[in-house]
Amino acid sequence: MTARARPFVPSVLAIFIGCSAFTSAQADEVQVAVAANFTAPIQAIASDFEKDTGHKLIAAYGATGQFYTQIKNGAPFEVFLAADDSTPEKLEKEGDIVPGSRFTYAVGTLALWSAKDGYIDGTDKTLIGNQYKHLSIANPKAAPYGLAATQVLAKLDLIDKVKNKIVEGQNITQAYQFVSTGNAELGFVALSQIYKDGKVSSGSAWIVPEAMHDPIRQDAVILKKGENNPAAKALAEYLKGPKATAIIKSYGYHL
Amino acid sequence: MPLTSADFSAIWLTLQLASLTTVILLIVGTPIALWLAHTRSRLRGPIGAIVALPLVLPPTVIGFYLLLTMGPHGYVGQFTQFLGLGTLTFSFAGLVIGSVIYSMPFVVQPLQNAFTAIGPRLLEVAATLRANPWDTFFSVILPLARPGFITAAILGFAHTVGEFGVVLMIGGNIPEKTRVVSVQIYDHVEALEYAQAHWLAGAMVVFSFLVLLALYSSRKSQTSWS
Repeated sequence: MTARARPFVPSVLAIFIGCSAFTSAQADEVQVAVAANFTAPIQAIASDFEKDTGHKLIAAYGATGQFYTQIKNGAPFEVFLAADDSTPEKLEKEGDIVPGSRFTYAVGTLALWSAKDGYIDGTDKTLIGNQYKHLSIANPKAAPYGLAATQVLAKLDLIDKVKNKIVEGQNITQAYQFVSTGNAELGFVALSQIYKDGKVSSGSAWIVPEAMHDPIRQDAVILKKGENNPAAKALAEYLKGPKATAIIKSYGYHL
Repeated sequence: MPLTSADFSAIWLTLQLASLTTVILLIVGTPIALWLAHTRSRLRGPIGAIVALPLVLPPTVIGFYLLLTMGPHGYVGQFTQFLGLGTLTFSFAGLVIGSVIYSMPFVVQPLQNAFTAIGPRLLEVAATLRANPWDTFFSVILPLARPGFITAAILGFAHTVGEFGVVLMIGGNIPEKTRVVSVQIYDHVEALEYAQAHWLAGAMVVFSFLVLLALYSSRKSQTSWS
């Protein structure tokens, strides 16, 4: 570095320090672990949340089981939006959450979906017809939507019949991906992935009646790491509010 | 018994995948490495770079493109469907293709180094003695490049055993078809079955160490992969 260039460094540093001081004075950031099925709704909610509260939401998307492991091992998440209620309950029992912060933010709906128009006629006929090569589901051991899918298959007495056709995504996003790329003709996905403003936005689907599987109750918690972060508390409150619940419902969740 | 039958079938599948991939790579990789070692063509740089690509590309990139190209709308998928084979995603054959691409540099580069080390002179001498190219290959190149072949086979095999991302993206986690050890470990961790994950993961650590130990102990004074 030449002598002449040197004064440049402190001034750049000053700008960086100035910027970070500026942003932290403005608002708090909240690190959120989000179940993969809730990706689209949280993105919609995040922009409103940021506008309304001035806080910034930083989301990571993944499988609930994976997040559990990461949280237990010191991941910096402050709020956790799980795909089930048992994982947040477990964290609560193990003392990893802010006491009393657990609540159900959405109840998921399962859908059988094909990327092809008209492939599914809104009923279980195509599924039972069994004229496909691959049926995509999320890993039932790790993903609640995958577990619900196997419960539906059991109810329809299809487990043995489709056993050799099942392909598993590691989470609901991958189950969706296998169908959307056409590699699997159909698959069980979260309705939120294919639903917008009251209707299925592409391909064809069967919206599985709730009675066919255990309810997919999705719980949220404030984790210990977010105990002293006002933005974490604000997000939990915001999710219960009318604006967020309207968005959540528009993606096909119940509440 | 700490390992379940599902674990054993994942191990067996992984060994089959790695063995088959290694054999295919030795057959396919040898002519490529020979060409790269001796050619003066302008294509040497580009071909060498393409062979080395999987070294630096994230497995997600390879997995993503394989998922699209081998799927029903992709070029490869349409070709295999035309042949009446269906699509290759979610199949053992698909994993083999993915692994061959993914482990290619680990086989080609040690071979190429070995062939380069032999140099052109011995081959010229063989030619003046009227050895045809096959004679030269089997009587001169093969014996001299033996350590290179051993290194290539070991690295290709071990790297395929360690493959995860590509399999995850195109495999569909089907028992006895595409659920290899690395995916099985991931499954155990996701399902919070840590004890089971430990057994398999620990076995992988021991296996990988032994493979590399064998590799490094076998070439006492050599420092490169040739």
